[in-house]
Amino acid sequence: MVIVAMSVIVFFGVMVIGNPVDILINPEFDQEEMERAIKALGLDLPMWQQYLLFVKNAFQGDFGKSFVFGEPALKLIIQRVPATLELAFTALILSILIGIPLGLFAGLKPDAPVSKTIMGGSILGFSLPTFWVGIMMMMIFAVMLGVLPATGRGQTVTIMGLKISFLTWDGLKHLLMPAINLALLKISLVIRLTRAGTREVVLQDYVKFARAKGLSNRRVILVHVLKNILIPVVTVIGLELGNLIAFSVVTETVFAWPGMGKLIIDSIQLLDRPIIVAYLIIIVFMFVTINLVVDILYSVLDPRVRLQDVKS
Amino acid sequence: MTGVASALKIQDLKTYFYTKAGIVKAVDGVAFSVNRGQIMGLVGESGCGKSVTGFSILGLVDPPGRVVSGRILFKGEDIVALPEPQMQRLRGYRIAMIFQDPMMTLNPVLRIDTQMIEAIRTHEKVSRKQAWRRSRDTLGRIGIPSAEERLRAYPHQFSGGMRQRVSIAIAMLNKPDLIIADEPTTALDVTIQGQILYEIQKLCRETSTALIWITHDLAVIAGLADHVCVMYAGRIVESGKVGAVIDEPLHPYTKGLIGSVPSQSRRGEQLTQIPGMTPSPLNLPEGCPFRPRCPRTDRACMTAPENTSPLPGRKVSCFHPHVRGAS
Amino acid sequence: MSVSTKTETIPELSAEAAPEVETTLRRFLSDFTENKVAVAAFVVFIGIVFIAIFAPLISPQNPFDLAEIDILEGRLPPKSESISGTTFWLGTDDQGRDMLSAIFYGLRTSLGVGAMSGFIALCLGTCIGLTAAYFGGRIDSIVMRLVDLQLSFPAILIALVLLAILGKGVDKIIVALIAVQWAYYARTVRASALVERRKDYIEAAQCLAFSNRRILFRHLMPNVLPPLIVVGTVQVAHAILLESTLSFLGIGLPVTEPSLGLLIANGFEYMLSGKYWISFFPGVALLITVVSINLVGDQLRDVLNPRLRR
Repeated sequence: MVIVAMSVIVFFGVMVIGNPVDILINPEFDQEEMERAIKALGLDLPMWQQYLLFVKNAFQGDFGKSFVFGEPALKLIIQRVPATLELAFTALILSILIGIPLGLFAGLKPDAPVSKTIMGGSILGFSLPTFWVGIMMMMIFAVMLGVLPATGRGQTVTIMGLKISFLTWDGLKHLLMPAINLALLKISLVIRLTRAGTREVVLQDYVKFARAKGLSNRRVILVHVLKNILIPVVTVIGLELGNLIAFSVVTETVFAWPGMGKLIIDSIQLLDRPIIVAYLIIIVFMFVTINLVVDILYSVLDPRVRLQDVKS
Repeated sequence: MTGVASALKIQDLKTYFYTKAGIVKAVDGVAFSVNRGQIMGLVGESGCGKSVTGFSILGLVDPPGRVVSGRILFKGEDIVALPEPQMQRLRGYRIAMIFQDPMMTLNPVLRIDTQMIEAIRTHEKVSRKQAWRRSRDTLGRIGIPSAEERLRAYPHQFSGGMRQRVSIAIAMLNKPDLIIADEPTTALDVTIQGQILYEIQKLCRETSTALIWITHDLAVIAGLADHVCVMYAGRIVESGKVGAVIDEPLHPYTKGLIGSVPSQSRRGEQLTQIPGMTPSPLNLPEGCPFRPRCPRTDRACMTAPENTSPLPGRKVSCFHPHVRGAS
Repeated sequence: MSVSTKTETIPELSAEAAPEVETTLRRFLSDFTENKVAVAAFVVFIGIVFIAIFAPLISPQNPFDLAEIDILEGRLPPKSESISGTTFWLGTDDQGRDMLSAIFYGLRTSLGVGAMSGFIALCLGTCIGLTAAYFGGRIDSIVMRLVDLQLSFPAILIALVLLAILGKGVDKIIVALIAVQWAYYARTVRASALVERRKDYIEAAQCLAFSNRRILFRHLMPNVLPPLIVVGTVQVAHAILLESTLSFLGIGLPVTEPSLGLLIANGFEYMLSGKYWISFFPGVALLITVVSINLVGDQLRDVLNPRLRR
């Protein structure tokens, strides 16, 4: 339903605004070629017919050919999806691994100076312009220190037809900066979320009861507290994955990472419409999938939701 | 002298909360003792400090509160200043606590068996199977049928009464010497309450466990306890055997409390009402805390009264107790 | 007779009413100033706004007046001297523009766009949210579906799509920014309004047969303000960041209206040759702006949130 809505919006948006003839057809064609192209693309048909044509093609995976590359738009995008996903997932994992422990600590000991630093740092985290930080990181680590490579993706290993780069050392080196850069924003979010959750959970009776049972502090925190915090945190993080994929546009541009994001930016500037359309449809599709997965995950983690129907 | 019979003896316990608004003297000089196999009721209105007393015994007072002074002698040993690791060994093992609200006491995302088994295995080296069996048996003793299925369930699948029974079972798992029950039946239906009271009483008699039952409901104490301590504004104002205190209350507050409870023996009589309100713990009146509401007050009450024993086995903290025959 | 009693009672009422307002405001101010960092941030923010407004007057050079810049003075490091005798405190960019002035002008653009889009989005979102909450029923569900749909997509994506369709231009950017933000305002306002709507004073106003519009704006809205202010500050910060990100990517503001994002983009190519200042300083300016807004917003949120009242 969402996908349909999106497709309608995008299609009409692109078609109606801006002269489709100019957009779709290479302006360097002469008159005759133009007319042929118009016929071939069906631009002389009434609008609703064009839309149906579009949908029919879309279902077959045909979004038209990119002007710039001359190849089917869908294929171009799909080729670059693994790179983006790799970046996004790494950033996600980083933000979880760093964010949750820090947030937990800040929540348990809110008055410790370390906690205050963490919280202050988190404000910095989501105030930072990602692209600028990326540039700075590049400058410090690549130019001044020469430790990490500045741009591009490293060596890849092909598994199941997908090119994966984090399995090689070189690949990792290339992955590190962009992933951290992308993760920065999310780390702050995770920290704040975890901290808020911790502060709330720690006040609950069942935590006190757990202590009254004589459980060690470690167990109380790691089992009782953490599991309760994870529920809201995980749902948010899951949704953030979509955000990460979208935001990779910036990081990919800065670090010249060959993912979907860079492609779309270039395409927008070059007015490569088929790619724009295809990208949007795919993104929407991804989002819907992610939402679904998060819903499932939520019910797995929270027994109260899961067993609603089972209870007599 | 504290013999083997004494489970808990508290002397002059003071627990204060250091808040932004001022010092809250939640517990201000409380003293009592409980012997093995005895059931003691700690009675008082909301906010009089009875729950805090319970937490103080177990060292579970959260900041900004802390135990300021006093001695808590558990089986003869003072546990007030006991370091945390040793306190953890006592908690849930030799001293157990049952909380008030069964909805929030059990962790909603963990299964019942997890929460019971961990209570056992944190103190004793037993296998999971053995711990599981003990949990199942204890659930059975507390009156929960088909315990095996229940163990695999989650707390939200139970009713309030069942959850409370589970909490009680958890308290009894390690056969503690002392159980502190903080208003465990307040949130439950009267009928369930009756059942639970009966079961607990039976269990405590069987295992010679000392029980401190904290409540605001005198009627419950009347049917359950051997001894009672009446608390007001952080202090014990009267204590003694249940029957004696109820038949012949010494402290004006106790008298007021009893008078305000409807009972069979006084049908047709008007219920008395204690005038005024409980003082704010930030702003306790000088001298006897009950002074502003007491019908028998005079200038002597401007200083805090000492504990006296006008009758054998009874203690009262008042300058003008209702002793028959006295003026 | 009745006239004199009327004049007697009215001053009484106003004498009672006036101290009330004062104490609420005073209490808010004293709560807010508890956090020294937030106060400092606020001062910084005011300073930045000041710079932005008076940029043409206080910049040593107008970097966009072609007559004033000399390409031969391009890419000079900070603290270099210019031919005309002024110091380039923060260096120059590739065209010879003084970085300090460029940053001042850039701040002006960035803040201007951010504030304007934020304000319009706030008005739009508030109206929509209030209406949805007040009238309820189908209007409410339609509006909320729309809001949820939009909020489930990341802002940058929506902006990308809109800009891809609309093209370049200041007005188009503002439209995109508004489109991204209104949903947050609408949702916040609707949530508070739903709570307030059930309260007695609204019912009283309805009994007095006030027009719906009057109730909405004079009764409901003032009480919905506090969370709105909090969301507003955070949103403005986001808007500024988003705009600079878009400008950096080349699909934001055009070159004629440079914002900090564009300045940073300009300097990007010089990073690898060590001329860091072209990108560095605009970024710092951006950072300080956003951080100060966020700090103020954070403190506002703590102060205005009734649940955190100690």
